[in-house]
Amino acid sequence: MAKVTIDGIEVEVPNGASVLQACEAAGIEIPRFCYHERLSVAGNCRMCLVEVEKAPKPVASCAFPVADGMKVFTDTEMVRRARRGVMEFLLINHPLDCPICDQGGECDLQDQAVAYGGGASRYKEEKRVVKDKYMGPLVKTIMTRCIQCTRCIRFATEVAGTAELGATSRGEHMEVGTYVEKALTSELSGNLIDICPVGALTSRPYAFVSRPWELSKADGIDVLDATGTNIRIDTRGGEVLRILPRTNEEVNEEWMADRGRFSFDGLKRKRLDRPWVRQGGKLVPATWQEAFSAIAAAFTAPGAKLGALAGELADVESTLALKELMASLGSSNLDCRTDGAAIDTSRRDFYSFNTSIAGIEEADALLIIGSNPRTESPVINARIRKRVVAGGFPVGVVGPQGLDLTYGHDWLGEGGATLRALASGAHRFCEVLRNAKKPMLILGRNALARADGATLLAVAWQIAAFNGMLKPDWHGFNLLHRFGGQHGALDLGFVSGLPMAKMLTGGVDALWVMGADGLDLSAVPASTFVVVQGHHGEAAAARADVILPGAAYTEKDAAWVNTEGRVQLGFQAVHPPGEAREDWKVLRAASAALGKPLPFDTLEALRARLVSAYPVFAQGDALPHYVCTNTAGPAGDISGLRDDALALPAGNYWQQDPISRASETMAECARTYAAPAALAAE
Amino acid sequence: MTEHHEPTSFAFDAESNASIEKIVARYPAGKQASAVIPLLYIVQRQMKRMTDSGWVPRVGMDAVAARLSMAPIRVYEVATFYFMFNTKPIGRFHLQVCGTTPCWLRGSDAVLKACKDAGGLKGYGDTSADGNFTLSEVECMGGCVNAPILCVDDDYYEDLDYESTVKLIEALKRGERPTPGSVIGRQTSAPVGGPITLLDVAGE
Repeated sequence: MAKVTIDGIEVEVPNGASVLQACEAAGIEIPRFCYHERLSVAGNCRMCLVEVEKAPKPVASCAFPVADGMKVFTDTEMVRRARRGVMEFLLINHPLDCPICDQGGECDLQDQAVAYGGGASRYKEEKRVVKDKYMGPLVKTIMTRCIQCTRCIRFATEVAGTAELGATSRGEHMEVGTYVEKALTSELSGNLIDICPVGALTSRPYAFVSRPWELSKADGIDVLDATGTNIRIDTRGGEVLRILPRTNEEVNEEWMADRGRFSFDGLKRKRLDRPWVRQGGKLVPATWQEAFSAIAAAFTAPGAKLGALAGELADVESTLALKELMASLGSSNLDCRTDGAAIDTSRRDFYSFNTSIAGIEEADALLIIGSNPRTESPVINARIRKRVVAGGFPVGVVGPQGLDLTYGHDWLGEGGATLRALASGAHRFCEVLRNAKKPMLILGRNALARADGATLLAVAWQIAAFNGMLKPDWHGFNLLHRFGGQHGALDLGFVSGLPMAKMLTGGVDALWVMGADGLDLSAVPASTFVVVQGHHGEAAAARADVILPGAAYTEKDAAWVNTEGRVQLGFQAVHPPGEAREDWKVLRAASAALGKPLPFDTLEALRARLVSAYPVFAQGDALPHYVCTNTAGPAGDISGLRDDALALPAGNYWQQDPISRASETMAECARTYAAPAALAAE
Repeated sequence: MTEHHEPTSFAFDAESNASIEKIVARYPAGKQASAVIPLLYIVQRQMKRMTDSGWVPRVGMDAVAARLSMAPIRVYEVATFYFMFNTKPIGRFHLQVCGTTPCWLRGSDAVLKACKDAGGLKGYGDTSADGNFTLSEVECMGGCVNAPILCVDDDYYEDLDYESTVKLIEALKRGERPTPGSVIGRQTSAPVGGPITLLDVAGE
């Protein structure tokens, strides 16, 4: 540790810390553009100049290491003049187009020019003009505004792992871009917009839409993948205008995946905004009362066998309400595995990401089974990449060959034979795993969606057990879910009685489907009465006998459980459209119509029941450090594992759920990236 | 920026491959990227052999990136940073006039004028209509003792004035390649007229 005095405030910081970090530790703000705490230090904007005792010139605090006893001054005449000078230089080639710039109001350059700038420029000559670059459907560029801080270049190279941005030419002619015109191929490209300190990289869908001070903000959770990314939903006039990540060091740091960020325009399209009832073979608009009457007739018919499905976008409270409703109607036929994944719910660590996302940084070897984390959870993939870049982190992959994970990996094989070898120690990669102190594996949820899925899960657990991943102080078994509602429903034990396949093929007389708008119900026989509760008119609604319009994740206060088992609360940002209502309220109203009123009238009462019945929800968003004291695994005979190749989720990254499938922005991405994706698949 | 034709493919020929092997071997394993500048030169020379125009097309940069396991953008950055790499096709001879102070004081303006007049060039960056010459301004090439200097492709011609530059360019046009070095017969960087120090050895 080094003792440093900043403007008379003494702080102790680790050796090797920069002067800028020491200033932050002392609570003193240092202006900066190129410095970003999650990227390498570039030291090229010169805005962070401070005075250090005995140094003859101002020093760039971001790149200057502290020394014991150092005295730093951040508010002397020299520093003020240096900042004014740097600011004047930065503004020489920066256009004064703030009134038409989308960054206006949340622009680092604007703010710091006001705070530290000189107020007037002596520059009378021509300004530099730079041609805009095409970077795809998400990132809009106005490159004349670029101050060449190179944050975007470093982000693309270091965090996203797609080195496509660079600084070409030099001096006056230096330009940031891709050189060869192309759309960025990163699933994290939206973060470039956040880290750009000026208006050079802005959001294309948000262009000229709004000013930051006009927006209402609500904290939410991104449910379009299972990372549980903390988000801020910006709205105006009951409309979601953009979604930004919030910082949560343990989950998403400050990054966010593009699908969650840009697919919200799908919330306005193909919505279910009123109840529908099938009459004479056709769906006709109905009132809530008519819908509930139709449901009551089917669900309270004597001897009717009932069942319920909760899909990938069902929130915790509604899933509990549905479970209780079915219980009050005397049915225990529940299934939340609408993707067909053979998940064993007998123990929580059989279906959780036990290492935790932050825990990836502690691990020292990784085996990925049947998953492409880059498309299933780009943010978790960035965390894996961060660990890989830190060194000493071999990664083995069982699944399709030739995946571009943005980091080097060892392809071990594509299916069952490789897994058997890994479970028995016959595989060469076992040596790597067994020599590691904290090895981990990531099993893709999609891999379990096959006939021998239960066996595959058992084999994966055996691989973990055999290769030293399950220890009294370490849990290296991880299941990577795909959507925000999947883990929570499993925590509620929404798996009992008849499995989904039976319910869909006539095993029940009346079926309630919630939060699974994309589920194909065409195989359900006409004799089964189907209630579809959801927010998008997709495959499920086409087969419904009654449609109940629900709320999407931005439209309700709800708890979500991410793939780690972290319980996080999302808050309502806008109201559901039309007559649609929060899902738990729909279920509460339906229960009254069915003559079995659920015992809660408020969300608080529902949450109180949730916490008392399922203590795991009482822990809040804190996550315990999972360890494994019981290495007995899920049931399954290893010899029953078929040799088939493990399958990754079908379709492109951009359109995986009802919201993103309805999104025009995501459709544009799919069109733009379709060609490279087809090439990669070959 | 004028449009130019970019080739659609580039592959190192046998001669290039032989030099690449030698160059890459100079660097420790895993540090091959250090060889990016020499390899870009190899691309430029191969293009000269193939098309009589020494330049680095984009596909050539990609070939370098692939050969050195680098991201292509990292090669683009280097190739566009250095003026020595022509990212557009040039004429058969690349006339590089040094305009830095010593050459300028010793008459580089005359050299430039001679290049324009004899080569049929309008100014820096121009390629003559016959495709023979491209004119570039370069910074100090370290030959100030024999200023002013004109660098033709890789060869220095020194101690030039207007007439000798015209003569040189006319020779190039005829397909001749005069011997590089001082055009006034100066021995390396010795004084004009021959060495004058250490001639009188004590006792002789």
